[in-house]
Amino acid sequence: MNNAGKEKMVTENAAIGNQAVGNQKDYKDLVFRTIFLLCALLSVLSVIAIITFVFTKGLKPFFGENAYSFSDFITGLKWDPGKEVYGIFYMIVGSIIATLGAIMLGVPIGLMTAVFIAEIAPKKMVAIIRPAIELLAGIPSVIYGAFGLGVIVQLIKKVSPTGQGESLLAVICVLTIMILPTIITLSESSLRAVPKSYREASYGLGASKIQTIFKSVVPAARSGILSATVLGIGRALGETMAVMMIAGNNIGGLPGSLWDKIRPLTSNISMEMSYASGRHQDMLFATGVVLFLFILVINLLLIKITSKVGAQGTKN
Amino acid sequence: MNDITKFSVSDLNLFYGSFQALKNINMDIYKGKITAFIGPSGCGKSTFLKTINRMNDLIEGVTINGTVTLDGVDIYKEMDAISLRTRVGMVFQQPNPFPMSIYDNVAYGPRIHGIRKKSTLDEIVEKSLRQAAIWDEVKDKLKKSAQAISGGQQQRICIARTLAIEPEVILMDEPTSALDPISTLKIEDLASELKKDYTIIIVTHNMQQAGRISDKTAFFLTGEVIEYGDTEQIFNKPSNKKTEDYITGRFG
Repeated sequence: MNNAGKEKMVTENAAIGNQAVGNQKDYKDLVFRTIFLLCALLSVLSVIAIITFVFTKGLKPFFGENAYSFSDFITGLKWDPGKEVYGIFYMIVGSIIATLGAIMLGVPIGLMTAVFIAEIAPKKMVAIIRPAIELLAGIPSVIYGAFGLGVIVQLIKKVSPTGQGESLLAVICVLTIMILPTIITLSESSLRAVPKSYREASYGLGASKIQTIFKSVVPAARSGILSATVLGIGRALGETMAVMMIAGNNIGGLPGSLWDKIRPLTSNISMEMSYASGRHQDMLFATGVVLFLFILVINLLLIKITSKVGAQGTKN
Repeated sequence: MNDITKFSVSDLNLFYGSFQALKNINMDIYKGKITAFIGPSGCGKSTFLKTINRMNDLIEGVTINGTVTLDGVDIYKEMDAISLRTRVGMVFQQPNPFPMSIYDNVAYGPRIHGIRKKSTLDEIVEKSLRQAAIWDEVKDKLKKSAQAISGGQQQRICIARTLAIEPEVILMDEPTSALDPISTLKIEDLASELKKDYTIIIVTHNMQQAGRISDKTAFFLTGEVIEYGDTEQIFNKPSNKKTEDYITGRFG
């Protein structure tokens, strides 16, 4: 992801290293630099290794003899490994709708919370709310899943026309809660980073507190809020365990309503990987490739947003 | 010319916690004049300025007693801060345009106060920018970021933004301290021009500036008004020894 930066670092290191030759102290310096460099390389190499592995395995079924049609794979509405049918379009749709739903609920709620903490709430109340949010961020996702299954799914079961609780709606509800800490924490810090002078200017023009917040402070923090949203999308799209427990994981068909089951890309992989072999296993990796591409797009989006923020910063 | 009282301040004391920042201020500020507040750093002149449009309300732990009236109405007891600040605009020490276009900056106030119509907003924006003597420089880039222009231009945009809410009084808190001499001169000319329509109160560190543009001058020291009178008299024949020492540069 950041290869260019790393390469630059390597060449810089080499240059400094060369100057250092012949001196005891500089020799030590070089050793430490190398250790740091190796540590830094570990994550870069890991990313490369994972990409290579997932892509080699995941692209295998679409090439060579007896290749599976890639378009059947990407547009298919049914997943039945027993009959050699591997279609993931309905999973892509399920993952995207669930993510969008969680964003549509989570971003407004998260932003309001952030505004409340950063601008409105008295310090004592912040001292209660903030640790609660941090705790929420630390809960393992399997616990979210168990909560979703035990509470949200049960509630939905009571009102759903299908009589079943595992559904798109359940996934959206749980994902909304799961992305809240990300949205709140990042939005709050970007709101706090808005210079006091904007607030003063707004009050000085006769704006009320609420007008100042929504016309001046929130717009000034918009790139931070946008980054928070993109990270939230990444979190929701990649969430596996909690989602697997409450999605229903149907074997085919597009979701027609909030009550329908879905089968997110992530749970498709995690449910079957333990016993799959041969082409079946490769197809799970192919699902992983698709998921990976989505995450890649989101990361690129994030880099673009944050670099834009940087540019704004230098202009001031 | 008859002097009409705009603000009347009597027995004003202000405390930050237990620290007394303003001591027993009594002063009348006149309509259509430029009144300058001078004095060394920490003397209370900016604090006093912020008392006049209740910007001190935003700071925790401030207690104020005494009265300040605007056209005879008590601004702390009989007026809310929002309508007060609509009548008494403020220009700050650092140019602080919002991170928006020049147009949106100037239209911010009118929009806050409920003006939605595009043609009305266009008129207000043009009129305010003309009044702030910056229309010709920015008329072709109204959609550009207000933070992408020079500091002096930014400050005039901020003045235009204040003028757009059609205040009666403009408070300027060291408006040129962050600017170069040429921009400073432009702001000073502008202030002299604006006093035809507005009452202006300016806090300044720059004594020559006070001498050049103001009609009345108040000299502050450690939270007190040492001397207040016509600028000419304060600068030429100060009646208080401390004022004389400050103006002749013996301290401060």
